[in-house]
Amino acid sequence: MSTVAARRSSVAARRDWAVGYTMVAPVVLGAVVFVVVPLVMVAWYSLHEWNVLAGTFTFVGGENYARMAADPGLRDALLASLWFSIGLVVLNISLALVLAVLLDQRLPGTTTFRTFFFSPVIVSLVAWTIVWSFLLQPEGGINGFLAQVGVAGPNWLRGEATAMIALIVVQVFKNVGLNMILFLAALQGVPEELHEAARLDGAGAWRRFRSITLPLISPTILLVSIITVVGSLEVFAQIDVLTGGGPGSSTTVLVYYLFQQAFRFNEFGYASAISVLLFVIVLALTLLQWQSRRRWVFHEV
Amino acid sequence: MRSDIAVDPAEPAGSAEPSERPGTAPSSGPPAEPEPGPAAVSRRRARARRAWGRGGLVLLLVVLSVPFVFPTWWMATSSLKPMSEILRAVPTIWPQDPSLAAYQDVFALQPFAQQYWNSLYIAAVVTAGTMLVSAMAGYAFARIRFPGANALFLLVLAGLLVPSEVTIVPLFRIVNTLGLIDTHWPLVVIPILGAPSVLATFIMRQFFLGLPGELEDAGRVDGLGRWGIFWHIAFPLSRSALAAVAIFTFLKSWNLYLEPVVYLSTKESFTLPQALTQYVDAYGGPMWNVQLAATTLTVLPVLAVFLVAQKQFVQGLAQTGIKG
Repeated sequence: MSTVAARRSSVAARRDWAVGYTMVAPVVLGAVVFVVVPLVMVAWYSLHEWNVLAGTFTFVGGENYARMAADPGLRDALLASLWFSIGLVVLNISLALVLAVLLDQRLPGTTTFRTFFFSPVIVSLVAWTIVWSFLLQPEGGINGFLAQVGVAGPNWLRGEATAMIALIVVQVFKNVGLNMILFLAALQGVPEELHEAARLDGAGAWRRFRSITLPLISPTILLVSIITVVGSLEVFAQIDVLTGGGPGSSTTVLVYYLFQQAFRFNEFGYASAISVLLFVIVLALTLLQWQSRRRWVFHEV
Repeated sequence: MRSDIAVDPAEPAGSAEPSERPGTAPSSGPPAEPEPGPAAVSRRRARARRAWGRGGLVLLLVVLSVPFVFPTWWMATSSLKPMSEILRAVPTIWPQDPSLAAYQDVFALQPFAQQYWNSLYIAAVVTAGTMLVSAMAGYAFARIRFPGANALFLLVLAGLLVPSEVTIVPLFRIVNTLGLIDTHWPLVVIPILGAPSVLATFIMRQFFLGLPGELEDAGRVDGLGRWGIFWHIAFPLSRSALAAVAIFTFLKSWNLYLEPVVYLSTKESFTLPQALTQYVDAYGGPMWNVQLAATTLTVLPVLAVFLVAQKQFVQGLAQTGIKG
C-alpha cells in the first residue's frame, strides 16, 4: 500500500518536474541562444581580424586588444563615457533628491508636480531628444528666449563642452523622475519619531536632513547611483540623434564608438574586442551593485 | 540648489499638524488671536514666515517644472507652425498662423502609418509574449521544485549582466545568417526570449514566491493539475506584477533604437524612433515642423495613456528601476 502510494507520488513528482522544465524552457533556451552563445561568439570574434567588406576573417590572437591599448580613439571614447557618467550621476542624483524632498513637504499641487517631473520618463527617448535638439539649435527656442533677455546663446551642439553638457542635461530631465520616485519612497520610510526627537533637541531642518534623513537613505542613494551609472554606459540613441558623436569625437562614448567600428567601418573583430571591454566594465559595476544591495537589505533589517 | 532643502527651518518635514494643511498656504493669513500678546505676535510672525516659505517652495516647484513640461508644449505648438515661423529670432509661444500642413507631409514623405503600425504591433506582440513567457518561467522557478532549478535560474539571470550593446555584433551575424535582416523577427523574438525578458522573469518569480501555498492546495483539491493551477489560480492573481511587466516591456520595445537601426534597412519596415530621424531635406538638414509633427503623433498617445493610468505607470516603473 505504502509503496504504491510512494510510487504514485514519485510519478506525480516526475510529472511536476516535466511541467517545470516545460515552463522554464523558453527563457532557458533564450538565455543560451541569445545571451550565452553570443557572449562566447563575441569573445571568439575579438581574437580575429574580421572586416565584413574586405571579407577577411583571420585569427590574430590578442592583436585587437593590443590595438585597443594603443588606440587614441578608444581612449577618447572612454574619457567621454567617464565625463558623461560623472556628469549624469552628479546632476541626476542631486536633482532627484531635491525634487523628492520638495514633493515630500505636503505642498499644494504635489500630485501635479509629480506628474510633470515623471512624464518625460514615458516619452519616447528619440522623440524627447529630437525636441531638445530643436530647442538647442542656434536659432532654436532656448537661444530665442535668451535673446529676449539680452544674452547671445552659443551654438550648443557645435561646441565640445556645451555639446557634452547639453547631452547630460537632456538625459537628466528625461530620467530624473524615476530616481525621484525611488528617493521619495525612501524618504517616506524615514521614521517620523526621529525627526520629532531631533526637533525637540532644537535641530533645524537642514541639520535634521543632514544628520537623520541623509544617512538613512544613503543606501538608496548608492544603489540608485550605480543603476544610473550602468544605464549611462548604454547611452546610444541620444548621441546618434543629438550630436552624432561630435563635434570632433567629443561625445563619442564607448557604445557609440563600438557602433561606429562595427556598422560604419565594418571592423567587426575590433568592435567585438570593444564589446568585451564594455561587458567587463558593466559586469564590475553590476557586481558592485549586488554587493551594495546586500548591505542595503541588511541595513533595512 | 542644495540650500533650498532647508528653506524653512520652522517647517516640520512632512509632519504638518492638522491646522497647517496645504489649504492654508500663502494667501490665507493667520487666524486672528483674541489677545495679541508679545508671544502671540511672534507666533503669528513665525506662521506668516512659514506660509511665505511654503509659497516659495511652490514657486520653486513651478520653476523646476519648466524643463520637464515646456519641451512637450514646444513640440506640439511648433508642429503647427509653418517653416518660416519655426526658427525665429523672436520665438512665438503660440503659433501665429497655425496649420496642419506639416502633418500632411508626415504621411506624404514616408510610409508613416505603416511605420506606426510596425512599432505598435511589434510592441504589442513583445509585451504579450514577454508576459506569458516570464509568468510561466517565474511561476516554475518560484513554485515547482525540479532538479537543477537553481542552476537554470542563475543561467537565466546572467542575462542581467549583459547589455544588449555587448552582443549586438554576434546577434547581427546570427540574424544575417538566417536571412532575417530587414524583417521584424529579431525585434520580436530576441526581446521575448533573450536578455530583455530576464528582468520580467525575475519580477514574476518574486511575485509568485509570495503567493500563499493554500491557494494552490485548494486548486489541487478541486482536481486541478499544475497547468490548471497556473492558468486558473496563479496567473490571474499576478495581475499587479503582470501590469508592471507589461508597462516596462511595452515602453522598452516602443523606444527601441539601436536594434532597429542595425537590423532594418527599408523605410517600409522602420519603426517609429528610427522613422522620426528620417525627415530631412535634400541637404540633410532636418525639416523641423514635419519632424515635430511626427514626434507629436508618437508622443501624445502614450502620454494620454500615462495620464489615465498614472499610478500603475509610476509604481510599475519604480519597481523595476528600468531606464530608457
